[in-house]
Amino acid sequence: MPGSMLEVRDLRIHFQTDDGTVRAVDGVSFSLERGRTLGIVGESGSGKSVTSMGIMGLHHGTKAEITGEILLDGENLVEATPARVRELRGSKMAMIFQDPLSSLHPYYTIGAQIIEAYRIHNDVSKQAARQHAIDLLGRVGIPQPATRIDDYPHQFSGGMRQRAMIAMALSCDPELLIADEPTTALDVTVQAQILDLINDLQSEFGSAVIIITHDLGVVAELADDILVMYAGRVAEYGSAADIFGRPDHPYTWGLLASMPRLDRERTGRLVPIPGTPPSLIRVPSGCPFHPRCRYTHLTGGRCDTEVPPLRETVTPGHAAACHLTVEERTRQWTALQEGQVPEHAHEPVSPGQATQGPVSQGRVEA
Amino acid sequence: MIFFIIRRLITTVFLLLLVSMITFAIFFLIPRLAGQTAYQLAAQYVGRNPIPSEIRAVEAKLGLNDPLYLQYGRYIKGIVAGIHYNSGTDVSYCPFPCFGYSFRNQQPVWPQLISNAPVTLSLAIGASVLWLIGGVSVGVLSALRRGSIFDRFSMGIALAGVSLPVFFTGLIALELFSYKWPIFPNVHYVPITSNPLLWARNLVLPWITLAFLYAALYARLTRAGMLETMGEDYIRTARAKGLAERKVVVKHGLRAALTPIVTIFGLDLGLLLGGAILTETTFSLPGLGQFTILAIQNQDLPEIMGVVMLASFFIVIANLVVDILYAFVDPRVRL
Repeated sequence: MPGSMLEVRDLRIHFQTDDGTVRAVDGVSFSLERGRTLGIVGESGSGKSVTSMGIMGLHHGTKAEITGEILLDGENLVEATPARVRELRGSKMAMIFQDPLSSLHPYYTIGAQIIEAYRIHNDVSKQAARQHAIDLLGRVGIPQPATRIDDYPHQFSGGMRQRAMIAMALSCDPELLIADEPTTALDVTVQAQILDLINDLQSEFGSAVIIITHDLGVVAELADDILVMYAGRVAEYGSAADIFGRPDHPYTWGLLASMPRLDRERTGRLVPIPGTPPSLIRVPSGCPFHPRCRYTHLTGGRCDTEVPPLRETVTPGHAAACHLTVEERTRQWTALQEGQVPEHAHEPVSPGQATQGPVSQGRVEA
Repeated sequence: MIFFIIRRLITTVFLLLLVSMITFAIFFLIPRLAGQTAYQLAAQYVGRNPIPSEIRAVEAKLGLNDPLYLQYGRYIKGIVAGIHYNSGTDVSYCPFPCFGYSFRNQQPVWPQLISNAPVTLSLAIGASVLWLIGGVSVGVLSALRRGSIFDRFSMGIALAGVSLPVFFTGLIALELFSYKWPIFPNVHYVPITSNPLLWARNLVLPWITLAFLYAALYARLTRAGMLETMGEDYIRTARAKGLAERKVVVKHGLRAALTPIVTIFGLDLGLLLGGAILTETTFSLPGLGQFTILAIQNQDLPEIMGVVMLASFFIVIANLVVDILYAFVDPRVRL
């Protein structure tokens, strides 16, 4: 897709550790247009945050090995100098983080932190920057922004802190906004407000948005496209309508089945995905999801030997990485829709393969 | 804030009173518990080959036979207001703040004490500036280049610095830089008022020696603090803004890591102002540390008491200052 604002091609981010190579991101590709929202979904340790930090160039100075291409308006950020990426960071692309309390500096006022962000990229007086910060705080819905601007983060409530983070991220009118689990640390009631705010601001600013989450409910509300990640790879990629209407990967089915839905009748228990995400050092052979998959018996033993390529399904622009035939997937999904629990659904998975490796997921995510 | 300071000032006064009680009890009761009479105590004020009538006169003048609470009351009154000693014929006035008379030369303790203070003050302030700058910058660099040769080397030196006593490093420094290569020959104290250049030059070696000990400690503390704060989420936020790395480190990382350092610095400085005994002795600096050593060698109880009271005053004040400072350094602290 030429002309895409953000184009990621075969992105790989590996970390060398004493225990081996952590393949945090292993061949991820996607693209994003202005004004569109991409949801990246996956369990912790699936490489979502590492991907977004890679786009922002926040792996500079760490031992990350990054290959592939990240094209922001045609400029390859993987090859760009750290100084150039820093120039773009905060101005052309901005990021908001999971926990607004720990992401804001406790010793500086909200205003000082927003003003700092604005003045890095804009040569304006302190007075003008302050006025800009007050406007921004007002726009993200902070009451009495002219006085609250001098508050410290600990004087704000959780939702207000996230609003302030958003104001900071928007201070330089970024064309790309990455929200890494923006609502995870917030109250349920506040979550909806923050999501609405991001949605409103997107239509107002016209920026492209990447929302990273493990919560399908969040992307259902906001995303135009969805990228489902598993063990650093793309499991499924398509429009939100396709992913929710006609999901084509057993992992996505698992995610959907483990999510409570209000629009369906309650048919019984939520079905969890058995096991835990794999170690990114010893990624299972073949399809990384196979130790936890219910359908491996249907592919004639290819699942644990061959890595399934990301192939387009029946709908154009909708792709999944699975060895099951398209017909088989349609049959299994229909069966699930009718409330049939797949065979062996509550059996434990083979231990060892699916357990976490010696490197904690936290180290990779951080 | 104002109320906090007032409250802390009141507690500080009580704390100092408590310290004075304990000190008084120790130094005035222990000789008596050991069987010394007031007469024998008084004899110490008179010098060699005393005449009994002289001793009696001193005993009466200082009221050494009075009950403990009276003597303590007199001691406190002397400190806060000065006191008249009157035994009919012999009248003398010990001006505020009166810490009694020295056994050694029958002079009031306070003026002698205070004449030694500038030496210690010069030593402590100079050394503390050195170790704060040196220790913190080495600590920051070590943390940023964790695992590098610089980090290992400087942390090795820091370990040596923490472990080696001042009388060892000080003597090495003297041997090398005062005798072998006489860059700083003839180290002795010159008051800053008489010759500032000579004052500084003669203090360089003691400053470095004392600062080395503390710089090592501060380098390790800073390194640990920086490693912790540089991993915080707000550092990632600062980088995500596009802030230059140097500013990320100094304005966001160091700013947060410095808070506990400020606390410890205040307390260390307070402690040091009471006398750096080892450094002063090694370099023959006539400061409060030397005063203390002499007082102990002479078993000069009033002098020891005076120095103990002064040192604890510095420590208590340092605590107060640190507490108040904390509210300015960390806005989350509500006073």
